[in-house]
Amino acid sequence: MTVVFYILAAMTVAGGMAAMLLKNTVHCALAVTVAFAGLAFLFLDLDAQFAGFAQILVYVGAVAILVVFAILLTRGSETPKDGVASKHWLAGLVIAAGVFAVMGWAILQSAAVLPHEMPVPAVTVLDIGNALVTRYVLPLEIVALLLTAAMLGAVIVALHEKEAAQ
Amino acid sequence: MIEKMDQIFVLLLHWLTGFLPAWLQAIAGVVICVAVIVCLYPALFALAVLLERKGLGRMQNRYGPNRVGPYGILQPIADGVKSLTKEDIVPLSADAVVHFLAPVVLVVAVFMGFAVVPMGRNMVLVDMDAGLLFYFAMSATTELSVFMAGWSSRNKYSLLGAMRAVAQMISYEVPLLMSSVAVVMITGSLSLTKIVDAQNSYTGIFPHWYIFTPWGFAGFVMYAIATTAETNRSPFDLPEGESELVAGYHTEYSGFKFALFFLGEYVAMFSISGLGTTLFLGGWSAPFSFLTWVPSWIWFFSKIMLSICVFIWVRGTLPRLRQDQLMNFAWKFVLPLTLLNLFVAALWRFLGEGWERWVFCSAILAVVYVAMGLVEMRRDHFGPRKYRYAE
Repeated sequence: MTVVFYILAAMTVAGGMAAMLLKNTVHCALAVTVAFAGLAFLFLDLDAQFAGFAQILVYVGAVAILVVFAILLTRGSETPKDGVASKHWLAGLVIAAGVFAVMGWAILQSAAVLPHEMPVPAVTVLDIGNALVTRYVLPLEIVALLLTAAMLGAVIVALHEKEAAQ
Repeated sequence: MIEKMDQIFVLLLHWLTGFLPAWLQAIAGVVICVAVIVCLYPALFALAVLLERKGLGRMQNRYGPNRVGPYGILQPIADGVKSLTKEDIVPLSADAVVHFLAPVVLVVAVFMGFAVVPMGRNMVLVDMDAGLLFYFAMSATTELSVFMAGWSSRNKYSLLGAMRAVAQMISYEVPLLMSSVAVVMITGSLSLTKIVDAQNSYTGIFPHWYIFTPWGFAGFVMYAIATTAETNRSPFDLPEGESELVAGYHTEYSGFKFALFFLGEYVAMFSISGLGTTLFLGGWSAPFSFLTWVPSWIWFFSKIMLSICVFIWVRGTLPRLRQDQLMNFAWKFVLPLTLLNLFVAALWRFLGEGWERWVFCSAILAVVYVAMGLVEMRRDHFGPRKYRYAE
């Protein structure tokens, strides 16, 4: 647990908390972008170069912009008058604590099972590419199919508007 | 002597850090390199702004600025002083924090891109294995700052300009990445230093730059189009055209923040032309084998300045594209051609050496280009124009 890890973890958690607590929805979207960037730097700290840069490229570069567009083009940009805390905050807190407990227990159990002093695997982009087209080719093709379906859906949704206008 | 001139900056860095204790040398070296980059590119920006105003003026049959110094060469200094001393006006209802952060995020993201571009032999700041991916990740961050600028200004024109700019940048990011993927496929690595090394050989006197291959030439043309759109330069400057939207997403910025946006745009142009020369024009390698005695960094910066001159030339020549023409062009023309370029690059690799691959690859690209052009440019009916209005 180095100093860098603590700084990055603090940045990620602060981004997440700000995304929860801020009133203005676009500010919340920008705060969650900071959390994404913190995650990307954590990946880089773990020497996962491809995962880190792909996280920036996809999450900060595309998903954040998507979230912001979605907020702007719907009516979510009006700030709530009563504040952001909901009436059922106690139930929410209990459920969140339960999920955190289960995930924490699972991670700590698995850490105890792994042997100590394992060398960090050096995974290059070449290895990821090789794995994607040999061992993981079926998930790759399924993801490609899913992305094609999403793009077709987007085009059809946009097309529908044009027919309605005419 | 030739190697000394070629490596003079590396040797200078080692000499400077030699004065420090061993544990401090690496960090000091990095800090010195970063300081040099942060000082050099704004200086080149000043030169580029002057070149643009004089060059554009000459193309439009007028003198550019010629009051401030002999032939107006002190104009950038006057502009710098003006932007530093102007009042910083922030609209009352603007979102102050986001309004302040938008130019900062832009400039930081743009300068980060220079970390992976090799500016000469052994002159890259960080030699990353996934260097190209890092560069594109940084340029994806600039879109977010454009949106932040437009939204935080609480101005309809700014928001409209920002939406158009973001839509344009996202649309052209896909052809940008795809045309670079062809280079990565042939080289076999995402590391920019390896891409330059792969182009640094010569047959006879001609270099093995990727632009001299059919897929490389098509890829370079599409990369150039995509970079002109990514940096919001003419003819893709609808988001910031003066006659369209006041000034688009940087309407409400004055003084130094506007100077930061301006700096960010030009330094992004330098950075993305640096990447283009690395990918297609051979980076720091010399154009002919008898010219390798000239230092490598001179070739790199000459190629960048040539790209800037071409950007300025295109700006002075072509009219602006309308938003729907821009988007149609990206999705219906450039993107299918980049996908075809990937296929042609694979064909090039697997046909092996010889004249067949030159003929087949060039023929496929030329035929498809002409066919798509004819299909897209035909007009079925010349009736009254139909408009689509926003609901």
